[in-house]
Amino acid sequence: MSVSTCPSRPAPSREAIEAAAPPPDTGGLDAADRAIVLATQAGLPLVPDPWGAVGREVGMSGAEVLARMQAMQESGVIRRVAAVPNHYRLGYVANGMTVWDVDDAQIDRLGREVAAIEGVSHCYRRPRHLPHWPYNLFAMLHGRSREEVERQAAVLRERLGEACRDHRILYSTRILKKTGLRLAGSRPSDASTNTQRRG
Amino acid sequence: MTLDDLDTVDRRLINRLQDGLPLVARPFAAVAKELDIAEGDLLYRLERLREGGVLSRFGPMYHAERLGGGLTLAALAVPEPDYDEVVATVNAFPEVAHNYRREHELNMWFVLATETRERISETIAGIEAATGLPVYNMPKEEEFHVRLHLPV
Repeated sequence: MSVSTCPSRPAPSREAIEAAAPPPDTGGLDAADRAIVLATQAGLPLVPDPWGAVGREVGMSGAEVLARMQAMQESGVIRRVAAVPNHYRLGYVANGMTVWDVDDAQIDRLGREVAAIEGVSHCYRRPRHLPHWPYNLFAMLHGRSREEVERQAAVLRERLGEACRDHRILYSTRILKKTGLRLAGSRPSDASTNTQRRG
Repeated sequence: MTLDDLDTVDRRLINRLQDGLPLVARPFAAVAKELDIAEGDLLYRLERLREGGVLSRFGPMYHAERLGGGLTLAALAVPEPDYDEVVATVNAFPEVAHNYRREHELNMWFVLATETRERISETIAGIEAATGLPVYNMPKEEEFHVRLHLPV
């Protein structure tokens, strides 16, 4: 491993290693599925029959594209086919990554509870990097102002109670790049690299 | 295009389509019927919202790990005088999918998405070599929730 960590970091547990490197599970995708992934990862054609349009690109019928996408959604390879909003354009100018130092014995239960709180878009357990980075629970909050994010964070703080030793809110102040995921043998990223300043 | 440019129908459309398109034949017609607008009107509005940057994208949201790929969140503590130079260095890696400046000593946070899980550690080594800075790798150990929904 070439990953730098602080020298005092304890050796990772067996569980942590397994979590970091789960066994490959490609959801049973075959070459045709992967062709569909490649053709749609940048977006779906905005036409009345998008499945047919994708099908023409990858050489299969629209009905087959639809059936395969349904199967991929069923198996969780596709989370959903949806609109991804630009937070800032919708007025969500305060985007805070809240990070919490939560008792390891309680984090799995509390993580699920925090994740269910209104306004939390993403919630994960991640490794600490002691002594500099003690935080092991991450929850993304989005508000129209920092005050709104802080009100939401206070709700999380109360829910975590005594199990939480410390927390921080890391606001994003600039999008440096946002190309989305480019997987499965696609061409090198062709999306624009943004360096827009953000309030 | 900003929030002020959106009318009521645009807002209903954005809210509805964040929840997902039904996977049926003629999916846009199905949603248009729900919203009581014409399919052509819906497609025109959706195109405009995407072109105008209100929507970053519209399409399938793939689960990177279930595609067999690697995904991680990583951070750097970049000295302020070097910040712009390090942005350029890090963004030049195609594996960097998102990158944000954040207010903290760890002031650069990026998501790496790679073809294979093995490529994550190679990419991190490459970024460390190119920047001369240690990368704090924070792969998810448990996912409690992923569901971005921003009502307008």
